[in-house]
Amino acid sequence: MTKMDRIDLNRRSFLVSATAAGLAFGYVSIEGVGGALAAGSFGPTAWYSIAPDGKVTVMVGKAEMGQHVSSAMAQIVAEELEADWRTMAIALPDNDPKYNDPLLGALITGGSWSVRMNFDAMSRAGAAGRITLIDAGAAMMGVPAGECRASNSQVIHSKTGKKVSYAKIVAGGKASKVWTADELKAIKLKAPGTYTLVGQSVPQLDIPSKTNGTAKYGIDVMVPGMVYGKPVMPPVRYGATVKAVDDSAAKKVKGFVKAVTLDDKTATTTGWVVAVASTYEGAKAAAAALKVTYDNGPYAKVSDQTLIDEAKKLQADGAAGQLFVSAGDPAKAIESAAKVLEAEYFTSINIHAPLEPMNALAYEKEGVWHIHTGNQFATRTGGIAAGALGVDPKFVVLHQYFMGGGFGRRLDADMVIPAVLAAKAVGKPVKLIYAREDDMAMDFTRPLTYQKVKAGLDTNGAIVGLQHDVVCAWPTARWGIPAFLTPSVDKKGPLDGFTVNGADFWYTVPNHKVRAVLNELAQKATPSGQLRSVAPGWTFWAVESMIDELAHASGKDPVDFRLALLDGAGANAGGAKRLANALRTAVGRSGYGATALPKNSGIGVACVSSQERATATWTACTAQVEVNPATGKFKVNRLTLAMDLGTVVNPNGVHAQIEGSALWGMSLALFEKAPLENGALQVSNFDGYTPMRMSQIPDLDVSIISSNEPASGCGEPGVTVVAPAIANAIFNAVGARVRSLPITAEAVKAAIKA
Amino acid sequence: MLTLTVNGQAKQVEAENDTPLLWIIREHLQMTGTKFGCGAGLCGACTVHVDGVAVRSCQTAVKDAVGKKITTIEGLNGGKPHALQVAWIAEQVPQCGYCQSGQIMQAASLLAKNNDPTKAEIVAHMDGNLCRCMTYGRIQKAILRAAADMRNQSGS
Repeated sequence: MTKMDRIDLNRRSFLVSATAAGLAFGYVSIEGVGGALAAGSFGPTAWYSIAPDGKVTVMVGKAEMGQHVSSAMAQIVAEELEADWRTMAIALPDNDPKYNDPLLGALITGGSWSVRMNFDAMSRAGAAGRITLIDAGAAMMGVPAGECRASNSQVIHSKTGKKVSYAKIVAGGKASKVWTADELKAIKLKAPGTYTLVGQSVPQLDIPSKTNGTAKYGIDVMVPGMVYGKPVMPPVRYGATVKAVDDSAAKKVKGFVKAVTLDDKTATTTGWVVAVASTYEGAKAAAAALKVTYDNGPYAKVSDQTLIDEAKKLQADGAAGQLFVSAGDPAKAIESAAKVLEAEYFTSINIHAPLEPMNALAYEKEGVWHIHTGNQFATRTGGIAAGALGVDPKFVVLHQYFMGGGFGRRLDADMVIPAVLAAKAVGKPVKLIYAREDDMAMDFTRPLTYQKVKAGLDTNGAIVGLQHDVVCAWPTARWGIPAFLTPSVDKKGPLDGFTVNGADFWYTVPNHKVRAVLNELAQKATPSGQLRSVAPGWTFWAVESMIDELAHASGKDPVDFRLALLDGAGANAGGAKRLANALRTAVGRSGYGATALPKNSGIGVACVSSQERATATWTACTAQVEVNPATGKFKVNRLTLAMDLGTVVNPNGVHAQIEGSALWGMSLALFEKAPLENGALQVSNFDGYTPMRMSQIPDLDVSIISSNEPASGCGEPGVTVVAPAIANAIFNAVGARVRSLPITAEAVKAAIKA
Repeated sequence: MLTLTVNGQAKQVEAENDTPLLWIIREHLQMTGTKFGCGAGLCGACTVHVDGVAVRSCQTAVKDAVGKKITTIEGLNGGKPHALQVAWIAEQVPQCGYCQSGQIMQAASLLAKNNDPTKAEIVAHMDGNLCRCMTYGRIQKAILRAAADMRNQSGS
């Protein structure tokens, strides 16, 4: 497993140095400064560089999968650097640890963390560059640096109006400085109210290339002499072994090279074979012609129902699992409650299905393995490739590309294994491409989840206690990286916080317990992954449905009920009030309570603090739905979202993320399900697994609430808030309570009758 | 050896007659703007024009494109920015961008016949093109913007 190199920014220096190609700026470890200076250049280690023509290239250690994070990073640098936006460009670095996230200590993109966690470091990098350029520019003009300022990629002497461009300063080759960690820390950054670029909807740097076919994705890479690989997947998701491979028919395929049975020492894959041929169509034909015999392994009979039965058994066992939240004694409080509600909530297995199927191009050159692929967790994926090859991770270079969708799928490493092992077996570069069917069948899924929530109300209709059990596979624990686990409050060992985040809500409830229970059978039979929004995608489904059920049981309006719970008492100070404000904004814009609705229509509400309590983005949603009570069929006519994310780097970009994530939430709530039968995901292509299409989108109304608070993430929270809002709207429309995702017409019809 | 006309240029390829045009374009000719998404005509990422008609290149045998004019995203509007591409940037449509070549090629075949489409006509024409990032709202706006620009250009 990959060692996580946590780098303490306090132990890092910032280097500005002249190189042959221009001026380079970057953080280096203290130990590395001497070496970098001695070499006279540390070009590739830089976070950004300025060329002699003034072009600023930011090396973005974040995966660019359409969230425009690369552009946001450049925007943060440019703000403090005082660079002209038209001179900014982005580049994607390889998996060298020098590009690690300063807080996470790895090259990893997820959790809606990027802008929040990199804002300060990128701002300081930009500011250190500006100050260094001002010093050099002042020297060139023969004026005191203290009398100069920078603007629009120029250093300007305020008194005389003399100016010199960054391009000229860089071409002069005199700018150079080592910033100590203390000096960096002492830089006074701009006050949020004084930003000129942050907060502007400048055009995203990655967009033009995505309109003319020039944007380069992993699947677009070619190297001379390469051959093609097409995987042959086993009949079960996990646990199969290959007994025999008959390649007699495949040998007749033109250009056939070899069938490679994977011996995957990382156990990421089981029972995979790769057909290698000189063309992709040849590899595909050979894959179809291979006759592979399998032992289907221990999970060949596992289905959704098996997993649900197992989950219910685990939930019923009070000793199972670990506590994520423990406040007061909810069991006792519920015992003496005036009214008790208990409900089970389910979410199905879902797959990512990014439009660019998994792929990787791999080859060995002079003792170093090169892998070309777009990946969200380059640090771990490089390590997995090394593990599969049996080489030291330092001999694996992962070349990064734009991703044709990530959504968490490309946090995983499976695609590099068939590529490197096939390349090793045939001694040539192998470009491996999953067919859509391979991609769907072997997805690292959002796990099936089973949740049970029990709560009590007093005679005034106030919640006296709430118990919440979450039973599912633990996607992030599967990585085996201790830094990504959370200590349990009952000291029963670490738990996977990425299965319960969100359940630690901001409502004031006096007695509250949240238990995380690992479904071992699911963990083994269907290795799960992080699907856009991860835990808050299911925890808020349960929480926001139950809160609604409690509101109705207490005879209160669901909005008033929530606002009363968001009183900001104690540990909920600050955040609860921001969430209440987002809720009032969405509710107000939806016309809730003010607009007369047609019969069998309703507006439902939900509000969330996704992703984690420490990284919350305050998000609320209302859904307006129309239900046909005879059939249970329903239509979502309008979604209204409000999101408070503090400092907004690029409002139009944030808007785009909210649009996409809200539709994702609706698509998961209505249209997407990957059933498991006989150990296999019953999905193969976009006829059976059916993400939302253009004809299915509702009207969308999006409000962004910005402030001078630190920037928060916006890629995921929208996903989490939509499903409960829709379910609550269905209840308000026809009195039918649905508790299982995706919501089907049959379930609505059955709930009407109940 | 087959001879194809791609973006106005003659190209020679060595391939079986039934090879999907998609793989000829992407891997044999190394023109990677056209994307592989599903291989089954279900997502539209591989959309190109054959004699001006939008087709799914993953479902088109290369032999059926011989002697016809094939246009890919790289050659749309002769390589000069098409009104749709300008509008796509103005509306900041793409997120991951992977489906967008296909979306633009599909939309171009609509505007070539109808430079004043209704929203319903846009939806009907575009519904076969999946966008996993779900940029559908912006795609609609960009098509309407491009149509208006085209009408202004032609003075109609």
